Amino acid sequence: MNYKVDERGYYGQFGGAFIPEMLYPNVEELRSRYLDIISADDFKNEFHHLLKTYVGRPTPLYFASRLSEKYNAKIYLKREDLCHTGAHKVNNTVGQIILAKHLGKQKIIAETGAGQHGVATATVCALMGLECVVYMGKLDMERQRPNVERMRILGATVIPAESGNMTLKDATNEAMRHWINHPQDTHYIIGSVVGPHPYPDMVARFQSVISEEIKKQLSSEIGNPYPDYVVACVGGGSNAAGAFYHYVEDEHVSLIGVEAAGKGVDTGESAATTALGKPGVLHGSKTLLMQTDDGQVIEPYSISAGLDYPGIGPWHAHLFETGRCTFLNATDDEAMEAGVLLSRLEGIIPAIESAHAIAALGKMDLDDEDVVVVNLSGRGDKDLETYIRWGKY
Amino acid sequence: MVATENRLTKALAGKRDLLAVYYTAGFPALNDTVAIGESLAENGVDIIEIGIPFSDPVADGPVIQASNKVALDNGMNLRTLLEQVKALRSKIETPIVLMGYFNPVLQFGVGRFCIAAADAGVDGLIIPDLPLTEYVELYKEKFEQHGLINISLISPTTSEERIRNIDDNSSGFIYAVSASSTTGAKKEFGDEQIEYFKRLQSMKLKNPFLIGFGISNASTFKTASQHGAGAIIGSAFIAMLQSSTDLKNDIRDFIKSIKTS
Repeated sequence: MNYKVDERGYYGQFGGAFIPEMLYPNVEELRSRYLDIISADDFKNEFHHLLKTYVGRPTPLYFASRLSEKYNAKIYLKREDLCHTGAHKVNNTVGQIILAKHLGKQKIIAETGAGQHGVATATVCALMGLECVVYMGKLDMERQRPNVERMRILGATVIPAESGNMTLKDATNEAMRHWINHPQDTHYIIGSVVGPHPYPDMVARFQSVISEEIKKQLSSEIGNPYPDYVVACVGGGSNAAGAFYHYVEDEHVSLIGVEAAGKGVDTGESAATTALGKPGVLHGSKTLLMQTDDGQVIEPYSISAGLDYPGIGPWHAHLFETGRCTFLNATDDEAMEAGVLLSRLEGIIPAIESAHAIAALGKMDLDDEDVVVVNLSGRGDKDLETYIRWGKY
Repeated sequence: MVATENRLTKALAGKRDLLAVYYTAGFPALNDTVAIGESLAENGVDIIEIGIPFSDPVADGPVIQASNKVALDNGMNLRTLLEQVKALRSKIETPIVLMGYFNPVLQFGVGRFCIAAADAGVDGLIIPDLPLTEYVELYKEKFEQHGLINISLISPTTSEERIRNIDDNSSGFIYAVSASSTTGAKKEFGDEQIEYFKRLQSMKLKNPFLIGFGISNASTFKTASQHGAGAIIGSAFIAMLQSSTDLKNDIRDFIKSIKTS
């Protein structure tokens, strides 16, 4: 089975570049140049140097002994929460900002849900001295206030998206509109493995450092690079793409994606795309999409702003369709409970997104010989208000 | 059903100063679609462009976004829209072009959509997020089989090579977006835009081009018509509909205000 993107930008039936003509020159420039740019030595040197000295990579692979005891398996946490800025998102923004320099762009735009990608973008823009505009749903600005202020401290302009549910989908719409209006001097740093080709592939490549490191680290821990399971939460799917990337051809390694069930998959307030979606076109690619029979996009819901998205990346849609990845989901309550559980057992307060991945451990049929790597994509500092409001700790 | 002669082709043949007007189906009220179309035809509008509302219209500015939302809240969907177009077609001969994002069409089924659109008397389609290659490889034959003309967009950043490619794959008109922007009215054209219009004129394309995005009044319509075969008005018309208390009279006055120059 081939899981790689093909020449036309497709993963099986998913992917492509469904963009208005106004964006064609930008996306085409990116498509025709990204592989040459990112595989050149000068790019690779700068990228890996920044990942090491600025982001703090490699991030540890931590054996979580008390969590392992609780779930009767050998559970390792890939500590992306220890990245500079607090989540894996910065791996991609470091890559894209170097790319933007190669493309000669002076201005950067981004969308953000939980604010982690916005912060990671504002951070690298400060680092490189580029102007930064971040679109964020108005609701998300309220539930992730600390990240809004972090972006502002870093010198970014944060613009509220006030359409739809005022969350990630709407922020993405506004960022795309901004790009249509400023095509010449602006690079759009998409934060997830979504959007028109080549974004899903490009972002996955930048995030693939996660599984590259897991393989090395696990080899020195257990003598081989292969866990039985790799578990990651999926909103758009960037941290999962990074954690799965170098395992996708290793078919004996089970890949588990965990989506946000919100208040329950069948409640109408959910973001569990593989359970509720069907093929459709949004934000430039054909993928699984939560939508009505008329093809109108359904507003998703999750307590976690980073998972509150009505689609998933086209690669994930393909992994789902081919059965290569198994998708589970966790409700708001299950995720919050898992977040508190991890805090109590391991002294790690996870981002609510990542807590969804922890919550899935209880839904897997594990035995004590199983080696499980959970990608702990982010830390919970930004979510304190949500933890406090939830209150059951 | 295959149209014997496409109304759009006929309307375009050798003509100038063509006025195309866009409005969103189901806006301001669900059942205004037919009456608005009739008024446009009565007042001499050359091409009627009816928008298929979508939840996430990324190429549109605030005015058309808002009209999409109202139309969806009113209960508009593609099935109802096609029924309304059919009713409109029974009353007017003006060419009708549907404009909308790809996903609703994809869910309806592209083949089924082509049949229903042709049956309703639609002459052309504008699907801004359907890429040229996808159209040519997967859908061109279907569109043409049902006598539907696909209309592609170009913008000031579209390369000459690509414009030629689009021209080769077009058979109605080319929709020249006046600036790198989402839809929405701007007051006047700048020098850069005029240069771009002149560049298009000098390319001697086989298809006529109509200029859209940023046409809002008699002056911008006149300028656009001097360079292209005509112009398309959208947001300015929608904004007028939004504040109108007497659609029939206001539409007449609006069209008069554009064409009197």
